[in-house]
Amino acid sequence: MSPAITFATAGRILAQLRHDRRTLALLVGVPSLLMILLRYVIDDPASFDRLGPTLLGIFPFVVMFMVTSITTQRERATGTLERLMAGPLGKFDLLLGYALGFGAVAAAQVAVVLAISLTWLGLNVAGSVGTLVLVAVLDSLLGMALGLFFSAFARTEFQAVQFMPAVVLPQSLLCGLIVPRDAMASWLERLSDVMPLSYAVEAMGEAARTADLTGVLVRDILIVAGCVVLSLVLGAATLRRRTG
Amino acid sequence: MMNLSGPAVAVRDLRVSRGGAEVLRGLTFEVPRGQVTGLLGPSGCGKTTLIRSIVGVQIVGSGEVTVLGAPAGSPALRRKIGYSTQSAAIYRDLTVLENLRYFAKVLGAGKGDAERVLEEVGLAGAGDRLGSALSGGQLGRASLAVALLGSPELLLLDEPTVGLDPVLRQDLWRLFQSLAERGVTLVVSSHVMDEAARCHRLIMLREGEILADGAPGELRERAGTVDLEEAFLRLVEERAESVR
Repeated sequence: MSPAITFATAGRILAQLRHDRRTLALLVGVPSLLMILLRYVIDDPASFDRLGPTLLGIFPFVVMFMVTSITTQRERATGTLERLMAGPLGKFDLLLGYALGFGAVAAAQVAVVLAISLTWLGLNVAGSVGTLVLVAVLDSLLGMALGLFFSAFARTEFQAVQFMPAVVLPQSLLCGLIVPRDAMASWLERLSDVMPLSYAVEAMGEAARTADLTGVLVRDILIVAGCVVLSLVLGAATLRRRTG
Repeated sequence: MMNLSGPAVAVRDLRVSRGGAEVLRGLTFEVPRGQVTGLLGPSGCGKTTLIRSIVGVQIVGSGEVTVLGAPAGSPALRRKIGYSTQSAAIYRDLTVLENLRYFAKVLGAGKGDAERVLEEVGLAGAGDRLGSALSGGQLGRASLAVALLGSPELLLLDEPTVGLDPVLRQDLWRLFQSLAERGVTLVVSSHVMDEAARCHRLIMLREGEILADGAPGELRERAGTVDLEEAFLRLVEERAESVR
């Protein structure tokens, strides 16, 4: 493990985004725009207070999944990954660098969307804003870790993009956003029990509902953090020093 | 402890299959230290697979590859080998200098090393340009510059001069020769026969087998011609007759 390589990699990710202003604008702008749309589509402050925080957890998850899977796929295709793997870099140096770099972007994204929601859109949050940001950033890291893992199965950027709906949409449908999980058919509920986004979304709802650190919140945070670590380990296993 | 007296690279009965076909069919040769060894042969003859096997990023079927006294791919070798792939393995959304500084940090190369290699490949004026804004030849040289970072003992360069004008090609060959004079071992692949004359030693490959191995003068003498392209053809015929 080398902190110098980890920080260099995080800096490199941020430098790449700095040269790509349009992507940066989309990363921060699109979730904000969607939140504004949601507020006026619902047009009912009580429902918005319930749904808003949930979406605040889903946006960074989706965006980071996509950005990471394409970045990693591109890194494989251009040969920079092979170059790094032939050098002294450790797999976790690279993965932690990704986590730091993209995590910083996710934090900025969450901060902007939350600021707009709390002021202009009049979102009422009974819980602590700090906990909300923490859980949202954790959700984004979950998206990043899963994106990294699934990118190993994409041969082209085109396939990498297709993995987004394949992995993200079923989880979004079953996470309790549309129909509460305990109101779904039992086999669907059981399916949602093994999907990490269910816990990510529940944690966001819980963090918004109360300022207390409830048992459910702690359990959900631990589950999501566990899924992040598991996905990173699986992601590391897909980074090969030798290929065919 | 590294063996400092033996050959830079020793390959024994190396066999590699890719996609069901045997690409390297039992190669045995040695690469002496402090020389430029040319790897010549037509496209598809196995040059890239051979270079990847020496770097240690290729899954090999059987045989032994020993690099600087250690098995290819050993962690101890990762800082001692510079590797440049055929397609430019650099980040297109970073400037040339940002690329070099990132790889320099990963390799633990000293400050100022990025500027040094930029100068060596003749890209001093293009340091602030994005990878995506470079011409094909400039991209190739930027990628070559990364391989020179950290002053490696062994340089493996896959077609480093493709698409360059004759003046630039001459400059690069002068650079290769001056590196060899400083004791660096270079293995340079090419499919252009007129570059062969600039090597201390040539390994001619065809269909995954070694056709000839020796100094350019020896090969000319063996084939009875001054032209290396002609020599290659005669050696192919000689081989065909001996098989018959």
